[in-house]
Amino acid sequence: MLKAKNRLGLVFFPAFDWAISPTHPEREERLLYTRDQLFEEGIEDIEGVEFFNPIVADEKDIERVHFCVPDVKSRVTQSHLISAGGAIKALQMILENKVDKSFALTRPPGHHAHRVVYGDRGFCIINIEAVMLERIRQEYGNLRVAIVDTDCHHGDGTQDIFWNDKDTLFISFHQDGRTLYPGTGSIDEFGGPGGYGYNINIPLPPGTGEDGFLYVLDNVVMPILDEYNPDIIINSAGQDNHYTDPITHMNFTAQGYAELNYRLNPHMAVLEGGYSIEGALPYVNLGIILAMAGLDYSNVHEPDYNKEKLRQSRDITEYVKKVCELVYSRWKNKDGLRLKDLGNATHIDRQRQIYYDTDGILENQVQNFKVCKKCSGINTIDSRNDKGYHIFAITIPRDACNSCVDEGHRLYKNTPNSFTNVYLQDRVNDEFYAK
Amino acid sequence: MIVGLDMGGTNIDGVIIEDGNIINTIKKPTNRDDLFGSIWSTLKELLTGYDKTKIDRINLSTTVSTNAIVENKTSSVGMIIQSGPGIANDFLACGDENVFISGYVDHRGNVIEGLNLSEVKNAVKLFKKKNIDSFAVVTKFSTRNPENEIRIKEILENFSPITMGHTVSGKLSFPRRVYTSYLNSAVHSTFNDFAANIKKSMEIEGINALIFILKADGGTMNMNTAEEKPVETILSGPAASFMGITAMLPTDKDAILLDVGGTTTDIFFLADGVPLFEPLGIKIGKYNTLVRAIYSVSIGLGGDSSINIKNGKVKIGPKREGKPYAFGGPQPTPTDAMITLELIGYDHDYKKKAHESMSLLGKELNLSAEDMAKLVLETMGNMIKYKIDKLLEKINSQPVYTIKELLYGKKLEPKLINIIGGPAEVLTPILKDKFNLPCYYPENYHVANAVGAALARPTAEITMHVDTSKKTLSVPELEIYEKVDRNYSLNFAKERALRLIKESAISIGETKDEIDAEIIEENSFNMVRGFYTTGKDIRVKAQIKPGLIHQLGGDNNA
Repeated sequence: MLKAKNRLGLVFFPAFDWAISPTHPEREERLLYTRDQLFEEGIEDIEGVEFFNPIVADEKDIERVHFCVPDVKSRVTQSHLISAGGAIKALQMILENKVDKSFALTRPPGHHAHRVVYGDRGFCIINIEAVMLERIRQEYGNLRVAIVDTDCHHGDGTQDIFWNDKDTLFISFHQDGRTLYPGTGSIDEFGGPGGYGYNINIPLPPGTGEDGFLYVLDNVVMPILDEYNPDIIINSAGQDNHYTDPITHMNFTAQGYAELNYRLNPHMAVLEGGYSIEGALPYVNLGIILAMAGLDYSNVHEPDYNKEKLRQSRDITEYVKKVCELVYSRWKNKDGLRLKDLGNATHIDRQRQIYYDTDGILENQVQNFKVCKKCSGINTIDSRNDKGYHIFAITIPRDACNSCVDEGHRLYKNTPNSFTNVYLQDRVNDEFYAK
Repeated sequence: MIVGLDMGGTNIDGVIIEDGNIINTIKKPTNRDDLFGSIWSTLKELLTGYDKTKIDRINLSTTVSTNAIVENKTSSVGMIIQSGPGIANDFLACGDENVFISGYVDHRGNVIEGLNLSEVKNAVKLFKKKNIDSFAVVTKFSTRNPENEIRIKEILENFSPITMGHTVSGKLSFPRRVYTSYLNSAVHSTFNDFAANIKKSMEIEGINALIFILKADGGTMNMNTAEEKPVETILSGPAASFMGITAMLPTDKDAILLDVGGTTTDIFFLADGVPLFEPLGIKIGKYNTLVRAIYSVSIGLGGDSSINIKNGKVKIGPKREGKPYAFGGPQPTPTDAMITLELIGYDHDYKKKAHESMSLLGKELNLSAEDMAKLVLETMGNMIKYKIDKLLEKINSQPVYTIKELLYGKKLEPKLINIIGGPAEVLTPILKDKFNLPCYYPENYHVANAVGAALARPTAEITMHVDTSKKTLSVPELEIYEKVDRNYSLNFAKERALRLIKESAISIGETKDEIDAEIIEENSFNMVRGFYTTGKDIRVKAQIKPGLIHQLGGDNNA
């Protein structure tokens, strides 16, 4: 019988009775063939691999991270609470030392969900990892965490949520936003004043293959992680860099995903996107599981795998090298860049237009970050959408100083009723208010 | 008349049941070196004085295959394994010779890379050279497409037995399929020799009854089926006890079933009166198999378990060092505690010895013999409670895959305890108190296992998979692989599955007109490629759950 080197917890919850719509990529069938492959391989019988059911996340868990408009109940379904609950369970099992590592194979995904939620974008409504992380921080204290987003699409939602949080290092490598949804994820998106330099984007050219991804990992991601030295490393594990994915243009492979997870050595992985349900997911997920369990994955590959045919061009290799040099030098020089880019400003505004592709909603928002010497500072969002909402949301961050806490509450009290909705997230006292 | 025989590691128990009443019973020691001889002499003695022509059927639970595996007395098996890409395959080498061949089938049953015939021919040469004539052929995803297994079997034509992986179960688990196929071929000749002996002796004795063999899932199969699938005969002992408890104490509730013996306690569960099964199959020795089995957990705690005091705490089991102290054994046991408290009656001399053992133990804890004995029984109750609570926690957190199951799925909440075995009567009030549940025991518990074997009926399970975009329907257990219409629906599949499983039950010996078949899993997935629906992926499981030929008459119940 096989024995895993690392005790691995799997929250495998394919939600076989839930779809966004019958023919939507996020449908019942998505993890069906993955289940077949995992079961046929005998994953259940590997000593040290243990399966857990998700718990169901609470409304309060969502409110710690999101401003659902008008409220959580109107936007979030059971499937989302369970998907987030699956991730929470997976991380709890690590922190309670039941397992060494874990992988939450749950759906729907979450990394396109921003702080404000009017609806579904990029198949996401709530940010699974963020909801998980803030609940876990509430239960287990303020962990320093690195999220490495390996989905082909930029993790714009996760970036938005941890934009001003230097205790959550966010690294996303993805197909260049100029060639793919959601369009963001450029190198100069570097974080808010409270976490400048702790939001790292590595946009890659279409056609990047095993060599390119592993180069990024070895030359940027690993050195930064070594220096950041987080308590927990999370792989936000999208699987759509795969060469068979129907909606992206990369050349990554199951073997590459397995190797990436072996080298990254994350504590946990959370499934994000990936819609080549027959040709990629069964093999990629098997590869990730074996790599995380510390088992031999050298024999995992797709039916039509051809290493030579999938090799990236020399141009891509050169281009990726340059991107990596630039990203790493910016990381090393983040304090200098902060002075140069932010100067002595007392407030930083961030203006954005956000499109909810799945639900067809257009949002305009201005975020305002206070620069505070004692903490990461309160921040606000003034947002309106084309369905008539105009909201004002205030966040008091986890590390807020007393005066920022007071200021947040004062601001909430004094915000006029001309807004359709006003919200206050007090993360110091773990409270949420809405009016 | 129905005859039931249960061959255990220590004893063979037998009963004759007529019109729902037990009319004769027997208990004989098992001679492990002559299993057939033991069975046959027990049967003969049991039947002495009864009209042999009136026997309708003989139901037999036998350890023949189990013993062969556990004692490593199986035939040499040559394995041909096609593992394709995936987990490294070296851990699958369970045969005496193992040949890994190239080629593979994917999860949808597409042949990605065909057979390399010269590899198969070389394997045959090797097996011949090594004088191996039992084989198993297993390919990954053969349940989805058995083409390669069937072709290899054709090449091996002249050898026997040959087990093909897809025939052992429709469930997905390549390693288990490999092990199960291996074991089936490994015990084939042992079991078939035994079967031939039984049939011959019956002929000589003029017994013209149907013979059925008990399976680990609490059901039976006829001799022909058992001869083909002898692996299904392993570990039927706990199933016999289980069926015995259900026959003597019927219930349709969630329940805990216990068989407390001298060395061990076997634990089973009922959900709404239906047994819990092992999710994939039973484990024997180091092998996980796909052999369907009632979920049963055995703990080293029984009437004869030895008792020690460790760090001021009473420790019972897990070993049995010999007889109870009262009967000349080396160590105090729960039986001694029961004798001391006069919960079971024995002569003065035995009682004196039992009392002595409890005094000795009690000294270490400053307790009187009586208080010590009470503490032993309390501890026994606590140990059972602790174990069952753990098991229930595990059972109630079995992985589920739908939102409906996660939110509204059934949780097992036992409403009662049914217990058999030597210490059953004594433990009843203790368990009642610990669990705060009603606890029952039958009068005739000492032959419960033989009664269970006698009254068991054929069971079956099938796994149907329909892929309407490929227009295929498969039921591996029945070796059905056929073409279907594009419009095949879940309802068609369910109807077909019910029909097939009833036919299957009749083919393994069911004679009742009304067969209680049920669908236990049903799923239909829209298959979408690009933006279009290309078909349906339909999955249906059907079963005939364990049942009784008839209820036991009122006289036999508590």
